[in-house]
Amino acid sequence: MPRHTPFHPRTAALCHSYAWKEWAGQLAVCNYDRHSEREYFAFRHNAGLIDVSPLYKYDVRGPDAADFLAHVWTRDCNKLKPGRMYYGAMCNEDGHTLDDGTIANLGEGLFRATTSEPWLGWYGRHSRGFDVSIEDVTDRIAALSLQGPLAREILQGITDADLDALRFFGITSCTVAGQAGHISRTGYTGDLGYEIWVDPDGALPLWDALQTAGAPFGMQPAGLDAMDVTRIEAGFVLQGVDYVSAKSCITESLKSTPDDASLGWTVKLDREGWIGRDALLRERDAGGSKWQLVGLEIDWAELEQLYDSYKLPPHLAPHASRAALPVWNADGKQVGQATSSTWSPQLKRYIALAQVHRPYAAEGTALTIEHTPEFERHRITATVVDKPFYNPPQKTFTPAKAKAKKEAVA
Amino acid sequence: MSALGTSGNPYDAIVVGAGHNGLACAAYLAKEGRKVLVLERRHLVGGAAVSESLYPGFTYSVCSYVVSLLRPWIIRDLELVKHGLKIVPLECSYTPQPDDAGLCRWPDPDKTREEIRRLSPRDADTYPEFGRAVSRLSRFVKPFIDSPAPDPLSLKPKDLWQLMGMGRAFRELGDDLTALQFKLTTMGGVDFLREWFESDQLIAPMSCSGIIGTFLGVNSPGTAYVLLHHYMGEIDGSSRAWGFPVGGTGAISEAIASSARSHGAEIRCNAAVEKILVKGGKTYGVALQSGDELHSKTVISGCEPRLTFNTFVGAEHLPDEFVTQVSRYKARGSSGKVNIALDRWVDFKHRPGDGMHVRGDIAIAPSTDYLERAYDDAKYGDFSKKPYINLVFPSLLDRNMAPPGKHVMSCFVQYAPYDIKEGPSHWPEKREAFGDAVVDTLADYMPGLKDAILHRQVLTPWDLEQDFGLTEGNIFHGELGLEQLLFQRPVAGWARYKTPVKNLWLCGSGAHPGGGVMGAPGGLAAKEMLKQRAV
Ligand SMILES: Cc1cc2nc3c(=O)[nH]c(=O)nc-3n(C[C@H](O)[C@H](O)[C@H](O)COP(=O)(O)OP(=O)(O)OC[C@H]3O[C@@H](n4cnc5c(N)ncnc54)[C@H](O)[C@@H]3O)c2cc1C
Repeated sequence: MPRHTPFHPRTAALCHSYAWKEWAGQLAVCNYDRHSEREYFAFRHNAGLIDVSPLYKYDVRGPDAADFLAHVWTRDCNKLKPGRMYYGAMCNEDGHTLDDGTIANLGEGLFRATTSEPWLGWYGRHSRGFDVSIEDVTDRIAALSLQGPLAREILQGITDADLDALRFFGITSCTVAGQAGHISRTGYTGDLGYEIWVDPDGALPLWDALQTAGAPFGMQPAGLDAMDVTRIEAGFVLQGVDYVSAKSCITESLKSTPDDASLGWTVKLDREGWIGRDALLRERDAGGSKWQLVGLEIDWAELEQLYDSYKLPPHLAPHASRAALPVWNADGKQVGQATSSTWSPQLKRYIALAQVHRPYAAEGTALTIEHTPEFERHRITATVVDKPFYNPPQKTFTPAKAKAKKEAVA
Repeated sequence: MSALGTSGNPYDAIVVGAGHNGLACAAYLAKEGRKVLVLERRHLVGGAAVSESLYPGFTYSVCSYVVSLLRPWIIRDLELVKHGLKIVPLECSYTPQPDDAGLCRWPDPDKTREEIRRLSPRDADTYPEFGRAVSRLSRFVKPFIDSPAPDPLSLKPKDLWQLMGMGRAFRELGDDLTALQFKLTTMGGVDFLREWFESDQLIAPMSCSGIIGTFLGVNSPGTAYVLLHHYMGEIDGSSRAWGFPVGGTGAISEAIASSARSHGAEIRCNAAVEKILVKGGKTYGVALQSGDELHSKTVISGCEPRLTFNTFVGAEHLPDEFVTQVSRYKARGSSGKVNIALDRWVDFKHRPGDGMHVRGDIAIAPSTDYLERAYDDAKYGDFSKKPYINLVFPSLLDRNMAPPGKHVMSCFVQYAPYDIKEGPSHWPEKREAFGDAVVDTLADYMPGLKDAILHRQVLTPWDLEQDFGLTEGNIFHGELGLEQLLFQRPVAGWARYKTPVKNLWLCGSGAHPGGGVMGAPGGLAAKEMLKQRAV
């Protein structure tokens, strides 16, 4: 029986659909309504509020905290300044990806890492020789993610943090909804957004304060289904779906290097002393990664024709799909698979994230993908396109910085 | 960019009118490297898809206010999301009744079923069936919306329904083909719906889509077809058809304009065209009201056909038969628009609150008799004393439309015939009385309304003609009757955006596939011109 998050009394009261799923051993809402459309549009047009408490969270302290994190993560945590966060990956000794997540420097020697899987054992095994203490604080922190173009206006109403000045991937301690907590400018939707971290005792007051502040802005509580569509639009990979943690893979072929999983940008091979580097150096010297995670756009006109041949209007599930779909090259040879796919309601595009053999990863490459209307298998054109599919300017824009720049010019 | 277009002319194309279709046409041509100039009479772009602030702090979607038909391929091709387009789906279709809670139709079929069950358990079960039937039909119609009108000469002289594939559709639906054909062309919307449903409270709001923009009543023959035409909204994978553009409808035009500019198109406002210049049966540019002349290889009119041919071109440059046909083109205006700024939220008597039930469109259509009586007034040259009103509160869907706590109300009103008995030019004297009739009608359902009004804008068909260039105030640049759709829009033989004047093309709602904020005439006209290497 999955456990309840600290927000459960509120989310359960609103979850009219009774659609829940298990996320890291806790109950998480899939969608509050019968489908996730309203929640999706809230994310894209106003703001959506989602309970992200199940994320695994670890506090790392001690003189060697930064060194240790730099050792187990792909990012150089020694360079992570207080009040800043990194997005990064963790690898095993073979250079295969274990997980991705964030690391925050909370100041005064305290770091916090979040991941999709539990890693206390792994951290413990690899902290020998480092003067650090590592604590699992997963259940000691309740977390909400407020995502969408109006997130800043809503959140500013209940916090003393200067959100205009909080940069993308910044984090600050503050008073929020009358209690001490942290606010980070992070999220999983590819838009403006914040994550709010508080003590579980303060969870319900935080939820209530946000509901009150958000209502006039059209904010909606949102579930994982709506977020899934947004994260595909944003081109973000999901561990367990778009790549599988090496610790859960039964076969070698399922494992992914950071490059395979489109996490290569978090890796700096010239930096020394981190787990997986040696193997990845060897891979580089042997010609580099064989796979690449790309964005695909499926040809809508072709799809329409296909459905028309069944005398049907085109039809796609109203949510993202995690069914892996084979992808072929022009000669009909399978060169990869789409791992996440969705109809993008706002872009009016049918999009997918796919792992393909590197020679087929160039933008503009025409591939085909499986589609099965009426249980029959067909192939339709899918073109490799640039990720993210959706990348609004407010995602990274810092009002205070823009203002200072303007004043400097004046 | 070079000083001259690829044709050696200053411009490859001049588009007359920056309505959303003119802009879409310009964007497509500019995207293909053509040098394009758009000329707009007003101080801002958008035409009938425009947002304006006429009272401080409030923004009105002045004319059109909701969208369903904006073509997905245009959104994709012109990257409208990148250029700021945001469309929020409507949450509900609410039909209040003066004496009870009325009917809400929700996107959630189970909720809708519960609502309809209160009126008729039988209708509750039939309702989704009707939806499925129409959605299957739409498959046959959609190709026609998304491609140039079929060329009737290439077809065997079968009838129109066959041509549209509609025959096939209905046969598949299990109905007898000829019977249905007959029904759709001869039946009124109400009669057609009565074959499916028994509750008048359900039929009344559903029948309204058969009359929007036409000078017909819900019982008039032919409205059954128009009704279906409107039901065939978007079937591209999203589950809800109607939406509200964030920023008002003008935001759509702005997004298209931004896309056009990003491809190098030039857009000039406050540049009214006086004449389309024609010599030897060929156009070579336009003359502005300011006296300037601008030359171009082609001219594309995004304006209403009669304005284009009678006023800009002039009968002297057109074949007699064409002139006759244009004069027969039906564009009888029958609707008006009232935009209201509210000081506070005003409750509906029997469903109070600003919840989901009012975050969609609200139809004042309590019964089919009510709608028919509204038409009666119009038949005899007057506006309806108790009109059909389609109402949206944009401020509930986009909070920037009004200051906090305040609201805007967008009221589409029918009937307001262009030809009132005193004569159209007497509309200005009746304008406020028309506005009062609308407010009085709404007050029957929203008792606190009158005291909360801060400002109101009343647009009569006369205003739509004078201010927006919509001849006779017809909102769709000509009625969407069967007789003037497809290869007959605007005129038989000239449905593929070409005109009898060489190098003069059409790209507005008066061309195939017609009116509404869909961008298809503009986009398809540009594609056709490129295909024919006309530009
Ligand atoms: C009151 C009202 C409500 C409506 N509601 C809806 C709705 O809710 N949903 C929907 O889908 N559709 C609605 N419609 C229909 C829809 O708005 C129109 O069909 C569509 O906007 C027309 O676009 P267009 O580009 O073809 O033409 P227009 O928008 O009419 O563009 C023509 C342009 O030409 C300009 N022009 C005129 N004369 C000159 C000149 N001499 N020189 C230069 N430029 C000139 C005009 O100013 C205008 O900008 C409504 C229309 C009205 C009037």
